[in-house]
Amino acid sequence: MQPANLLLLTLVLAIVAYWLGYARSRSLAMPLGGIRHLKSLPFYYGARAALWSGIPALIVLGLWAAFQGKVIQLIVIGGLPDGMMPATEGEASLLLSKISNVASGALPPGFVEAPIAEAAERLKALRSQSQFLMSGLVISVAVLAGFLGWLRIRPRLNARAQVESILKWVFFACAALAILTTVGIIFSVAFETFRFFEKVPFTEFFFGSHWSPQTALRADQVASEGAFGMIPLFTGTLLISAIAMVVAVPVGLLSAIYLSEYAGRKVRGVVKPLLEMLAGIPTVVYGFFAALTVAPFISDLAASMGIEASSQSALAAGAVMGIMIIPFVSSLSDDVINAVPQAMRDGSLALGATQSETMKKVIFPAALPGIMGGILLAVSRAIGETMIVVMAAGLAANLTANPLETVTTVTVQIVTLLTGDQEFDSAKTLAAFALGAMLFLATLLLNVIALKIVRKYREQYD
Amino acid sequence: MTDQRSQAEIVRQSLKRRYRKERRFRAYGILAIAIALGALLTLFTDIIGKGYTGFLKTTITMEVQLDGEMMYLDDPKDERQIKMADFVEPLVQALIKEVPGATEEDRKQIRELINPYASVALRDALKANPEWLDTSRTMTFLSHTDVDVYVKHAGDDAYSIKLNDQQKAWVDELQERGVIETSFNDVFFSGGDSRDPSKAGILGAIVGSLLTMFVTLILSFPIGVAAAIYLEEFAPQNKFTDFIEVNINNLAAVPSIIFGLLGLAVFINLFGMPRSVPVVGGLVLTLMTLPTIIISSRAAIKSVPPSIREAAEGIGASKMQVVLHHVLPLAMPGMLTGSIIGMAQALGETAPLLLIGMVAFIVDVPDGFFDSATVLPVQVFLWAGSPELAFIERASAAIMVLLAFLISMNALAIWMRKRLERRW
Repeated sequence: MQPANLLLLTLVLAIVAYWLGYARSRSLAMPLGGIRHLKSLPFYYGARAALWSGIPALIVLGLWAAFQGKVIQLIVIGGLPDGMMPATEGEASLLLSKISNVASGALPPGFVEAPIAEAAERLKALRSQSQFLMSGLVISVAVLAGFLGWLRIRPRLNARAQVESILKWVFFACAALAILTTVGIIFSVAFETFRFFEKVPFTEFFFGSHWSPQTALRADQVASEGAFGMIPLFTGTLLISAIAMVVAVPVGLLSAIYLSEYAGRKVRGVVKPLLEMLAGIPTVVYGFFAALTVAPFISDLAASMGIEASSQSALAAGAVMGIMIIPFVSSLSDDVINAVPQAMRDGSLALGATQSETMKKVIFPAALPGIMGGILLAVSRAIGETMIVVMAAGLAANLTANPLETVTTVTVQIVTLLTGDQEFDSAKTLAAFALGAMLFLATLLLNVIALKIVRKYREQYD
Repeated sequence: MTDQRSQAEIVRQSLKRRYRKERRFRAYGILAIAIALGALLTLFTDIIGKGYTGFLKTTITMEVQLDGEMMYLDDPKDERQIKMADFVEPLVQALIKEVPGATEEDRKQIRELINPYASVALRDALKANPEWLDTSRTMTFLSHTDVDVYVKHAGDDAYSIKLNDQQKAWVDELQERGVIETSFNDVFFSGGDSRDPSKAGILGAIVGSLLTMFVTLILSFPIGVAAAIYLEEFAPQNKFTDFIEVNINNLAAVPSIIFGLLGLAVFINLFGMPRSVPVVGGLVLTLMTLPTIIISSRAAIKSVPPSIREAAEGIGASKMQVVLHHVLPLAMPGMLTGSIIGMAQALGETAPLLLIGMVAFIVDVPDGFFDSATVLPVQVFLWAGSPELAFIERASAAIMVLLAFLISMNALAIWMRKRLERRW
């Protein structure tokens, strides 16, 4: 049975368990003289039976569905004759995709070696066996646990307390998923990053100024050594983020100031949602706009002024990214400006300062730490932004500060290295994870600092 | 006395300059807003201008002689025969007849006006209606993409017209006679991706998006709400709870591509799940949207006044009953609003899905959660990278569809907030 159908069946079984539990509690209560002789309402007996039946079955289902693919792969690879045993992980994944292609019918079995055709047959058999076993196990767990739960219904049983404590644990597990996600992120990037540094020296990655990750397919190929110096990627990311900030910070800040200090209610009611609309547009749309409208416009404009500009200039990607970040900066600054106590504003105005003087000399200095925090958050958003740069910035890793040239960024390289078919242990793929680790660390650091500043600032005026 | 007067004098003299500064500052603010809104306007007009023609298709309507001898076909029910039969010839002959002055010598050029898939359409029509053999029927076919581009963008320098002068003259003539027409592009909404822009559609991507969003919704909403309930109502004040909160806040700011790396490393490489399927996409997007949903659900729970909880506790409800019977229903509108906004974010997300392989070229409309699929924003990305302008046109049209979805989701959220949310 398909996992999705099995999931539905488990839910149906849980509902059945609910009704059986409900009915049993009532039938136990009747001879005693009605349900007021039960410790809990019949609903809770039913719910308890449903939880008993559903939760273990769902756990089994989840674990089985998660690990069956990997286990089957290992068995299939392990069953190959000695001569075909893959030596590296790369070969293993190649072999596996061949086998699964034969199994799914995309590749006729006559086209491959006999052991692979056999392995494909085994794969098919194992898959159907696994599905069969999973269905059997999940259904029997659901029925058995539900039956046990049903059997243990007694009038004295405090079903409500049990249901509530189970639910509380379920809620806790959901909240703890956030920790699990973080741990998952750290492990998935850290593990591959360590393996990357086994192949490529530490110093080359951090201090090398040349990036060309094309490792050779054959050992004797010309230029077989890839170069993994991240400095050009790093400077490229910084260049584009800096351009984005040059656009976003003044525009975002000034519009926030205007909206909070000068604009009337009506204007604010129209302009604010429109500004927020900029934040709701998917990044792929910005990428499209940057690559097909802004970049050609900039290179034409530069050409008409006699300057040479690349058709994938950093300026185009940066400017469009800046537009995307405007609402982010403006809404954060808006919060911060509004948090400055009215008394300070009144005091300054009463002394005869104009509104702009109040803004520049009193409110802005007071709000500065908060605004800095907001800008740091925006910077972290900019360096992690992917689609705009994938579509509008180039792939060439140039070490330059000229915004009219092509640069590449960390995120562009991650996407380029990981899209399409790739073997899993080449330095090229591992490099993507190493870059991911750097990106994660950089954004984490910026976020932690920014959140700290913002929080400290809020406490100051609360 | 004199000293004071001179000070007042100084202030008065500086007033003009100060007011000028004030006006300038105000103008800067207006300028900033104008830049932001101008960018929004440019973006929309650019996309609509590039893409509205994507909603039009160019068709050729002509009288086709379904001559069995010409097609080498005498029994349309015979699988083998229909595979071998020539369905191009009747189309070419029919079009030669429509074009004034065209002869058998021009057949190569004439053939270039008809869509390569038109013969497939003819074959399918004949398969479905075997009795049409040896009759003459008026049928409508897609034109070749080059004709489509010429008809829509004849005067536009950005588009390179691949037709030669003779073909252009024919197309003009045929358009005048109503043989070549443009109409609403239903192919765009009823097909999957294709190598031929005229044939390419977004239905596959829309279905893929819906499947992915479904997985995301059924996982992220209950989990997010449960986590929010735990953190707001049950969590003890301790280091561990703080740690959970720090994690959630940080995850909300982690770049989306990192979630793609997580999906690739955990779901695909560790668990051996298949690439480019909606389930894995949905799982990755769930992890990505969870922080948003948790944060907004917590805000919704917080906004329920303590008096409600106290009243319920006062009549003997347990803590769980207070939460599930009283707090949760009152907080639900706010939670739903937050979730819709989170789902809108997930719907527009592209980067993590690229890493889990949802960029493959997939022609078929996916028919399940474990079927290879692509999603709408990834489809936009794929088409936008094409050198053919006809695909760019489709990409902008797909963006319009995507934006329509997003705007209606956000409008729904705003409407719900206005309509359902209670102010205390």
